[in-house]
Amino acid sequence: MKAALPQTSNVQTRRIRPPFRVGSVMLPLYFMLLLLPIYWMITMSLKTNEEILAGFSLWPQKLTFEHYHEIFTNRAWYSGYLNSLTYVGLNTVISLVIALPAAYAFSRYSFQGDKHLFFWLLTNRMAPPAVFLLPFFQLYQSVGLFDTHIGVALAHLLFNVPLSVWILEGFISGVPREIDETAYIDGYSFGRFFFRVFIPLIRNGIGVTAFFCFMFSWIELLLARTLTSVDAKPIAAVMTRTVSASGMDWGLLAAAGVLTIVPGALVIWFVRNYIAKGFAMGRV
Amino acid sequence: MARIELDGLAHAYRPNPQKPEDYALRPLTMTWQDGGAYALLGPSGCGKTTLLNIISGLLRPSHGRVLFDGRDVTDLPTEARNIAQVFQFPVIYDTMTVHDNLAFPLRNRRVPEPEVRVRVAHVAELLELTGDLKNRARGLSADLKQKISLGRGLVRKDVAAILFDEPLTVIDPHLKWQLRSKLKQIHFELKLSLIYVTHDQVEALTFADQVVLMEGGAVMQTGTPQALFEEPEHTFVGYFIGSPGMNLLPCSLESGNTDAVLLGTQTGAPRLPMDAHLLERVRGQGDLTVGIRPEFLGCSNTEEIGTSETRVLPAVIARVDDLGNYKLATAQLGGYTLMAKLSEDAQVQVGPGWLSFPAHQTKLYSSSRLVR
Amino acid sequence: MMKTRNNKAWFLVLPVVISVAFSAIIPLMTVINYSVQDIIGPDQKVFVGLDWFKEVLRDPDLHGAFLRQLLFTLVVLAIEIPLGILIALSMPARGWKASLSLVLIALPLLVPFNVVGTIWQIFGRADIGLGGHFLASLGIDYNYATNPLHAWLTVILMDVWHWTPLVALLCYAGLRSIPEGYYQAAKIDGARAWATFRFIQLPKLSGVLMIGLLLRFMDSFMIYTEPFVLTGGGPGNATTFLSIYLTKLAVGQFDLGPAAAFSLVYFLIIQVVSFVLFTLIQRNSNPTATKQGTP
Repeated sequence: MKAALPQTSNVQTRRIRPPFRVGSVMLPLYFMLLLLPIYWMITMSLKTNEEILAGFSLWPQKLTFEHYHEIFTNRAWYSGYLNSLTYVGLNTVISLVIALPAAYAFSRYSFQGDKHLFFWLLTNRMAPPAVFLLPFFQLYQSVGLFDTHIGVALAHLLFNVPLSVWILEGFISGVPREIDETAYIDGYSFGRFFFRVFIPLIRNGIGVTAFFCFMFSWIELLLARTLTSVDAKPIAAVMTRTVSASGMDWGLLAAAGVLTIVPGALVIWFVRNYIAKGFAMGRV
Repeated sequence: MARIELDGLAHAYRPNPQKPEDYALRPLTMTWQDGGAYALLGPSGCGKTTLLNIISGLLRPSHGRVLFDGRDVTDLPTEARNIAQVFQFPVIYDTMTVHDNLAFPLRNRRVPEPEVRVRVAHVAELLELTGDLKNRARGLSADLKQKISLGRGLVRKDVAAILFDEPLTVIDPHLKWQLRSKLKQIHFELKLSLIYVTHDQVEALTFADQVVLMEGGAVMQTGTPQALFEEPEHTFVGYFIGSPGMNLLPCSLESGNTDAVLLGTQTGAPRLPMDAHLLERVRGQGDLTVGIRPEFLGCSNTEEIGTSETRVLPAVIARVDDLGNYKLATAQLGGYTLMAKLSEDAQVQVGPGWLSFPAHQTKLYSSSRLVR
Repeated sequence: MMKTRNNKAWFLVLPVVISVAFSAIIPLMTVINYSVQDIIGPDQKVFVGLDWFKEVLRDPDLHGAFLRQLLFTLVVLAIEIPLGILIALSMPARGWKASLSLVLIALPLLVPFNVVGTIWQIFGRADIGLGGHFLASLGIDYNYATNPLHAWLTVILMDVWHWTPLVALLCYAGLRSIPEGYYQAAKIDGARAWATFRFIQLPKLSGVLMIGLLLRFMDSFMIYTEPFVLTGGGPGNATTFLSIYLTKLAVGQFDLGPAAAFSLVYFLIIQVVSFVLFTLIQRNSNPTATKQGTP
């Protein structure tokens, strides 16, 4: 039973606040410092390279979209984004699909070796990617998964699946067993019960998990770069070739960087309610 | 100790309340005597917790004032008000021992350590917690935790009143009475004002000197448990207090007749004689109800003669339940179902019978209000 | 909650086991294989037992990288955890401000690792960067590419910028789970801000803090991309942390044997520390995470 102490009214002149308010100065200050480097990158993406190298200005003297234009029209660039989005999406879906039944099993059943299995799963989250680079490279080459979207998606399962199982298990354990049992008594088959009854109950947990899968896969560079060359090259790898004869193409680099933040920002915006609710009731 | 006065106190969540229904707490003015034990009783949502939180300062009322010993405390925050509150779910500080839990309010107020030790020991003895002082507060049973919560209120010298918000909810039934008697003992020894919110009338009636019965944000009646039982001023009070509650029979006046009411609207409805002066008061009024408590309603199979003290009407006794130390008879009278509580050796059977209405305990309500 | 004993649950777990085994066990086997062999030519492999391990553990460059890594991890943990708590305490609890705060806070977490490095490159260079330019205008000869101390400070600042939000988010979630009544009782007990923090908020946060500590320890100990993009491990090897050193060994010098041996040691260190932290978490919080069979 969720402990709910008597609520005082929210809508009135003197609410009880958690008394430790470090002052409303701290937060805006922190946000400003947080956003400053990002602001700078955005600024740089809108300047011409001449302006960047010539002098220093707080905002673009001559606003230009030429870098963005380059990225959107040059296949070498925009394919990087598409590749990244593809394997991240694949990975999120696969992670969720295989983690859900497993999390359900860990939550509802005890079986031979379950504790050890759970811990072993988590140890994979703790594996330094650098350790696995070469073996991964050779393995994927030998099975023909090299330079494929699905290859990277599968590789990222290494750390996303344990995390998903861990998070989902917490949410599933928050749903009382009685619901399962009632559904069986009512004649639901396991499949129908799982999809029509159970999943809607944990949709906040699924939202939180999908968010983390997206996040950790999107930001990962090492494996994604090692396991691809041309066809599935992620945007991160594309960004490393902005050095040309005329020197570092800062504006282009900045524009590319800005565009990598956009999908993430959109994802957070859309799942913000799930996160807020999920935090309130989930594992943590 | 404090005399608590509520002056035109009301609370509405919306800024401009128009109708009574807009108020969570309807305007009320009353005084709570210093050292009294009050119960705030009522069904869920009746506003009792709202009222409690206004008195303790956790909620600021939208209208009116609260005064402690004549001093306006409406704008004072909780910690400045010399009250303690015990909540429904025990609140203890997990990381501290029982002793430190009890010492916490004193240490926060910078009381010198020797005095802290003395007061904690005193309160611990009062609550029979002395043996547990060294233990960690985490992991104790619910009733011990509630005792600690209570102790934190008692340990302060300046406490004027202790407020309880359904504190026995999480306590095992067989321990509830223990805590209740402990509360009574404390009240007796320390002479503190105690205000106790509950929806359980047994708790309220056994605990309090004065019961404040609330419903829908309004105070229905304030009085001793006996007064609420014997002289309910509102049909709700009659219905809520007592188990089972008062029998309530809508009735009407017979035109041209001033010595009886009709129990029902159809022709041939039973006529119940009533005091003429009462009927005089309600002449011309529509919404009338007769109320009589099962404890006072007589019921037997043998015919009795009605007197001016006791009116008798024929009825059909539909069932009789033997409930151990009393019997409960259910009777049909003119389309109404009435219950009567009888002694355990009463000889009553199903079948035709008679209901007797003692005049003194048969109440008349007009628009739900008691007519005197 | 009671669990049913049912070994058929293995079917539900099978897809997870297979996929993770594929991604984990096979590569691990390969690494173990390399770590005990000397590969002289395409078909010439000699079993050398624990030789690589001995050589690697004596390697002074490795010791240097290890110490640097340790210092780095300790410093960033010491900054990020208190700062994260502080931020979480400052964030609004509900309303549109809360949503906005959540989105802003989470932004650094969603930047690809290499872009994090790029952002700080662009920001920190004295010639084109806002930060670099600002420091230069104060008279400081700031250059993270040539000055080891500057490099360290920049790398640490970058990590704090990047990962404090994770701690803050976890603590924020933990704070939201504290029922209002606790604060009310504390007020009645006369507790002021510090006492409320120490006796109500901090104890209730201990669970999420352990999770945050575990995650941050693991990730900071494995850090590669961000410092690599920013400094390349330099100047010299001033910011060469363990993963960077390992990758240099394996990819740069193509010393597979030592690299593999070191990989295993590296892996082991993280496993052991994480195991300790993880067990502490289990004991502290959720009983559902520790499994028991039904009677």
